[in-house]
Amino acid sequence: MEVDMMKKVPVREQAPEVRAKNFEEVCEGYNKEEAMAEATRCLNCKNPQCVQGCPVSIDIPGFVQALKEGNIEDAYQVISLSSALPAVCGRVCPQEKQCEGKCIRGIKGESLSIGKMERFVADWARENNIKPKAAESKKGKKVAVIGSGPSGLTAAGDLAKLGYDVTIYEALHKAGGVLVYGIPEFRLPKEKVVEKEIENIKGLGVDIETDVIVGKSITIDELLNEMGFDAVYIGSGAGLPKFMGIPGENLNGVFSANEYLTRSNLMKAYEEGSKTPIMKSKKVAVVGGGNVAMDAARTALRLGAEVHVVYRRGESELPARAEEVHHAKEEGIQFDLLRNPVEILGDDKGWVNGIKCIKMELGEPDASGRRKPVEVPGSEFVIDVDTVIMALGTSPNPLISSTTKGLDVNPRKCIVADDNGKTSRDAVYAGGDAVTGAATVILAMGAGKTAAKAIDEFLSK
Amino acid sequence: MFKILEKEWLNVNTFKMVVDAPMVARSCEPGQFVIVRDTEDGERIPLTICDYDREKQTVTIVVQTIGGSTLEMSKKEAGEFLADFVGPLGHPSDLVTDDIEEVKKKKIVFVAGGLGTAPVYCQVKWLHEHGITADVIVGAKTKDIVILEDEMKAVGNLYITTDDGSYGRTGMVTKCLEDLVKNEGKEYDHCVCIGPMIMMKFLSQLTAELGIHTMVSMNPIMVDGTGMCGACRVSVDGETKFACVDGPEFDATKVDFNEAMRRLGLYKPEEMAAYEKVKAQS
Repeated sequence: MEVDMMKKVPVREQAPEVRAKNFEEVCEGYNKEEAMAEATRCLNCKNPQCVQGCPVSIDIPGFVQALKEGNIEDAYQVISLSSALPAVCGRVCPQEKQCEGKCIRGIKGESLSIGKMERFVADWARENNIKPKAAESKKGKKVAVIGSGPSGLTAAGDLAKLGYDVTIYEALHKAGGVLVYGIPEFRLPKEKVVEKEIENIKGLGVDIETDVIVGKSITIDELLNEMGFDAVYIGSGAGLPKFMGIPGENLNGVFSANEYLTRSNLMKAYEEGSKTPIMKSKKVAVVGGGNVAMDAARTALRLGAEVHVVYRRGESELPARAEEVHHAKEEGIQFDLLRNPVEILGDDKGWVNGIKCIKMELGEPDASGRRKPVEVPGSEFVIDVDTVIMALGTSPNPLISSTTKGLDVNPRKCIVADDNGKTSRDAVYAGGDAVTGAATVILAMGAGKTAAKAIDEFLSK
Repeated sequence: MFKILEKEWLNVNTFKMVVDAPMVARSCEPGQFVIVRDTEDGERIPLTICDYDREKQTVTIVVQTIGGSTLEMSKKEAGEFLADFVGPLGHPSDLVTDDIEEVKKKKIVFVAGGLGTAPVYCQVKWLHEHGITADVIVGAKTKDIVILEDEMKAVGNLYITTDDGSYGRTGMVTKCLEDLVKNEGKEYDHCVCIGPMIMMKFLSQLTAELGIHTMVSMNPIMVDGTGMCGACRVSVDGETKFACVDGPEFDATKVDFNEAMRRLGLYKPEEMAAYEKVKAQS
């Protein structure tokens, strides 16, 4: 096929008007021909910037060269050396800020479509039953991993490959963390992709115990002292939703994005006949501008609602992945930018019937480097809605830190860990959102990877 | 998978299950709850613990068939399995965590309504094992639906009251407590009240008047039960708390019961429809 070296090989997607009514995956991905054609655009740089942009340092030119030659299995094994969840990362990484953002091809033209190629390679490997390689010999040492989200899965996978006996403890009834409760089916298919990648990690010898809440069912000290684990990795994420603290937040019809998405994704409330209900909304305001806000907005849209995203800064400050914002707009989500809620209004029975917002303008840059939004006095107005979804970020769950003596946390309840994931407690490592506060799948994976290496060094002493 | 070791119907719509659940039984305390799913596609149902046995590694729950999911769960028999049984969740009762010598000085009354009898039993039994015999008021609409009577008698000083007077005293739990304090010379300085929201609301108005410090166990809508979803928001002293991680027990005078009752009704139509659907299948 003909390739314009300056442009990405286009990827097939479900048409916006079709996908707005279903939960099937939006992006259909490359086929082999398209992926191999895209691979020819790689400049094979001597000093590949893309690898530096990748939090788990995948040998990107390496896998792209193998792909270009049609050796998909080789390409998969190259990726597998660095990433335990390639089919996930190909779908949910903010590539434009990472590998693709550093791609030299991107200086004059469009960067290489690294995420889409990674996805193709991982999907092809799955369809052809190619698995990552398991350890050849065992170390005879046990590591407990807390949380089966991206960070825990990565740490567990890497440790298992090194020959450790790894048990993951998961609080929910299903493994995957944010990959199953947070990110919607239309962006990351559960059975087809997430479950299969988790199966691969189990195939490396990792044992996953669901329905165990570390900090409640069992403590870290018990894991180390009674259960015979030699080290623990905490990848428990940042699960506690934030609310704004404005009047009306406890009215019927106000949800955290976590609740709304958990009902839809983990509990499958979007499916006909699901036993877990979800509000049948007509008009929804989603407050926030991150990936979670986009996920909640697009879920509500698919459930039949008109959806407004209310965000206090402007378009260029939206923290969500560019592709998600683009997709959301295509699907008909309305963006009410530079607007901030001041109150949620309810009817006499206590159900939401509106959200009062105030207009904002951008002032001087704040600590985050983004221009600080400032209220425009007297500019309040009301959007009639029956549902408000708060997607304002999350903070770490204190269940573990509050039950583990000597485990230091910072004022934001994040576990304190050094660059290698080492905490204030001997043999206890931590990473991902539990340490950083809410961030991305790939950064959590990067932390899991680094900590696995550090745990190996610690246990090899 | 969690094996059901025993199952028994306690009244026409309430059943008890003893479940093999080592990870919960090893660390649970009175006042805490579990989340149960009967099948792989089931709802996550929060249930306050009724009893546990650390040696046998079992946990006892009592369930009322009030919706589709609980009705479906009631079809499971001993020997069968529950898909999920996770916990313990929430904080134990203050009575369990406070200095036992201080607790011994308290004059304690428990007030239980309907299904609330089960979690109250757990606390009364614990106190009994620690040398404290508390007064317990159990309220029910009518004689046939009183549960755990013999069990409760064995560990506490039991007063039963029925709305229709068909058993024990006549009237609501509020009347019983008022009679005990005002007419029968009883003195209490601590009350734990567990039951329907409306009962807890009125009982705590009474205990406020009587000057009895009261804790109530909230049972709002929950999804995960670990602090993740915020569905269980309760206003306590004007502040939003999550019943799952901050509770489930709160100081009764500080709880906004009206808001809590309203929030319980969020999925009423869906719950009714689900109940009718399962019932039609039975």
